[in-house]
Amino acid sequence: MAVGSEIVTKIKSVKSTRKVTTALEMVSASKIKKAQDQMQASRPYARKVRQIIGHLAEATPEYKHPFLHESNADRVGYIVISTDRGLCGGLNSGLFKKCVGHMQEWQDKGSAVDVVTIGNKAASFFKNVDVNLKANISSLGDNPELIKLIGVVKVMLDAFEAGELSHLYLVYNDFINTMTQKPLVDQLLPLPADDSVVARKDNWDYLYEPSAKDVLDHLITRYIESLVFQGVLENLASEHAARMVAMKSASDNASDLIKDLQLVYNKARQAAITQEISEIVGGAAAV
Amino acid sequence: MSNIQCDIVSAESAIFKGEANMVVASGIEGELGITAQHTPLITQLKPGEIRVIQADGTEEHFYVSGGILEVQPSLVSVLADTAVRADDIDEAAAIKAKEEAERLLKDNNKKQDLAMVQADLAKALAQISAVAKLKKNLKR
Repeated sequence: MAVGSEIVTKIKSVKSTRKVTTALEMVSASKIKKAQDQMQASRPYARKVRQIIGHLAEATPEYKHPFLHESNADRVGYIVISTDRGLCGGLNSGLFKKCVGHMQEWQDKGSAVDVVTIGNKAASFFKNVDVNLKANISSLGDNPELIKLIGVVKVMLDAFEAGELSHLYLVYNDFINTMTQKPLVDQLLPLPADDSVVARKDNWDYLYEPSAKDVLDHLITRYIESLVFQGVLENLASEHAARMVAMKSASDNASDLIKDLQLVYNKARQAAITQEISEIVGGAAAV
Repeated sequence: MSNIQCDIVSAESAIFKGEANMVVASGIEGELGITAQHTPLITQLKPGEIRVIQADGTEEHFYVSGGILEVQPSLVSVLADTAVRADDIDEAAAIKAKEEAERLLKDNNKKQDLAMVQADLAKALAQISAVAKLKKNLKR
């Protein structure tokens, strides 16, 4: 019986779509855990560097690193971290909206905006926007490595050091939990004053090799890199979480659709049978 | 002799944490052997080996490609770099990242201004939330 064969085909195709979305959902669910572990693993480093910088800044008050204070340049810099792939709901759009709003404020004040992007989505978004795209790195994958970020970070750090930028911001999605990710615009430079470093009473100081200045220079660069790296990891965890939720709702939608289609199909089939019977009965009566 | 706490961390992971009798590292100005009650010290590290002689006499070896060593009387921390770093290598990475951006920019000259993009984004996000709401209502 050929009743509703289009509906049957449609049901089949929705079913196979659902298979794909369910698979994507499960893949993301398993990757979230890993991304979270990576986030945890990279925290001690940043904490440690932060402590030492706090100490150094206190111990050598006469040396002011250029990263510690604001210049009066008329440009601001942004490092924008996005995902490489889509299918993660409004994650990137939400981030870009927040970021563009922030940039707009600076532009209204007459500052030009420089952007470096990490991730395909940010790159393809900002190349069409009226900002100065300076550098890009994409395809970091599920195991991002710090070494791949060095280039983009250096572009911005050099610009800041040369006094071309007044501020540098890091834009990424903060992973709060699986259901919630928050787009954030964090100030990287000048390094915001840290309240957690309590002024020490005792007067001991480190021995420095080769010198306090060299060590501080080295550390601050590493610190910024580790913050950006941390941002990449947060964003990765957010990506997987957002994708999992988006795919779950897609799977649910597919299930609803299948249910509706099945109902339509059953009705059509029933109608066809009823019609056939009434035709037979009608025919028999006519004989 | 008392022991010293030793932490080795890199930006990507925590590498080692434990008690040590002595920690041997190659600082930028020479080899260092650190035991408990060492005076506070910070030094840059050369690429090389870090040996941790543990309390029970066993030795652990780690290779670091540079970094910072911080010493306090009861604690040694190593902030290891994850890869060999040199100014020219960093510079090359920066240039590559810049070229990547230039390549992206090559084939389009039209640029939308921020306000317009912001409006577009707001619209897209509103659509997403409208669809979600619609779906909720349908279910009821």
